[in-house]
Amino acid sequence: MRVTQGCFSFLPDLTDEQITAQVQYCLEKGWAVNIEFTDDPHPRNTYWEMWGLPMFDLRDAAGIMRELSECRRVYGDRYIRMSGFDSSHGWESVRISFIVNRPKEEPGFRLERQEIGGRSIRYTTRAYAVDRPEGERYGG
Amino acid sequence: MTKPATESAPGDAVDTIDLRKEFEAVDIASVLTELDRELIGLVPVKTRIREIASLLLVERIRQKMALATTFPTLHMSFTGNPGTGKTTVALRMAGILHKLGFVRRGHVINVTRDDLVGQYIGHTAPKTKEILKKAMGGVLFIDEAYYLYRPENERDYGQESIEILLQVMESQREDLVVILAGYGDRMEKFFQSNPGFRSRIGHHIDFPDYSDAELLAIAELMLNEQNYRFSEEAREAFIRYIAVRKTQPLFSNARSIRNALDRIRLRQANRLVSRLDRMLTSEDVMGIEAGDVLASRVFSGGTDAPGGRPST
Repeated sequence: MRVTQGCFSFLPDLTDEQITAQVQYCLEKGWAVNIEFTDDPHPRNTYWEMWGLPMFDLRDAAGIMRELSECRRVYGDRYIRMSGFDSSHGWESVRISFIVNRPKEEPGFRLERQEIGGRSIRYTTRAYAVDRPEGERYGG
Repeated sequence: MTKPATESAPGDAVDTIDLRKEFEAVDIASVLTELDRELIGLVPVKTRIREIASLLLVERIRQKMALATTFPTLHMSFTGNPGTGKTTVALRMAGILHKLGFVRRGHVINVTRDDLVGQYIGHTAPKTKEILKKAMGGVLFIDEAYYLYRPENERDYGQESIEILLQVMESQREDLVVILAGYGDRMEKFFQSNPGFRSRIGHHIDFPDYSDAELLAIAELMLNEQNYRFSEEAREAFIRYIAVRKTQPLFSNARSIRNALDRIRLRQANRLVSRLDRMLTSEDVMGIEAGDVLASRVFSGGTDAPGGRPST
């Protein structure tokens, strides 16, 4: 099951050229661009690991694309996303976030039903991938 | 956004190009005339820049005709004494490269050893990479580049920085242009011990010292920009000032001139304020008198060298 999180996730995966254009857009808006990765695809997993530091004060996307390719080299079997953080007053939050790398196989989620008092049921989702320990979830 | 190399696919290559139109389209002529007007002297440097600009223009046309196969090496080394205009030219160079489309943004990141080399193990690589990332799409100007390499200390981290630089200079030639600057003899030694640098640099440009007449022209240009002017006697005095100052230690060409002018303006202001009861005309506030120049310590056998001002 294809994970859809953040911008563009219902489109086909972005090509490097398209990613460059998006990153350049962020830089021109003055946002700091971050690279984050994880192997826990649960939608409530908000805070992913950061690759290096947030990249402030850059002018051109080439440097970030270089970092991305470094990150892919190490964590190519995980989800990698980019986010643009707007530090200007009043925003001070992430303005854009999109997935730039995903595992080859995405096993998807299991729906668990828990029967509780009476005939009530609690639902929860659990990614099949997290049954395995961190770092080994996608054949890495 | 697009690199010149990707502007046209081989399929839509053109056969003929109007050279004049191309020349006017990129508007380097205005940059070159500006260079001529605002930079006094430096004839060999200007000739070289003109040559590089022409080469790049032709290269651009070749790319449009799908004849260019490789991206030209644009890394440069500027050698010359302090105050000969290396940084100023680097800024202009970025403008020229940007107009011709060989760098995408045209900004200049000005760094020295401190910005590239770390203080402990593992500090250097992130620091250098950080700077390189900032310089992407523009020009990285490394002032006094020879300090990167300290042969007397074999555990110096400069070498690590040099290796990263060399790697990026080679692999990301389309993304950034590196300009190294420094004194001639020390740069020569630096290149001897780091042959990798020399071979990756396409253009070595030597900045000559200014002659007395050129220094005077620079002084007058600076004064003009600030709406001051020399009186006839003050100009004579300043010519003598240049001659004396040149023989003193720590003379750094145009920078010394700028500092001297700053002090002269100080003395002029003091002279005007010392006589309060009168009406001033604009002539008075613009005019610099011989006395303002002659009060300099240079004429009384002292030195006008600023204490500990970093020289480039």
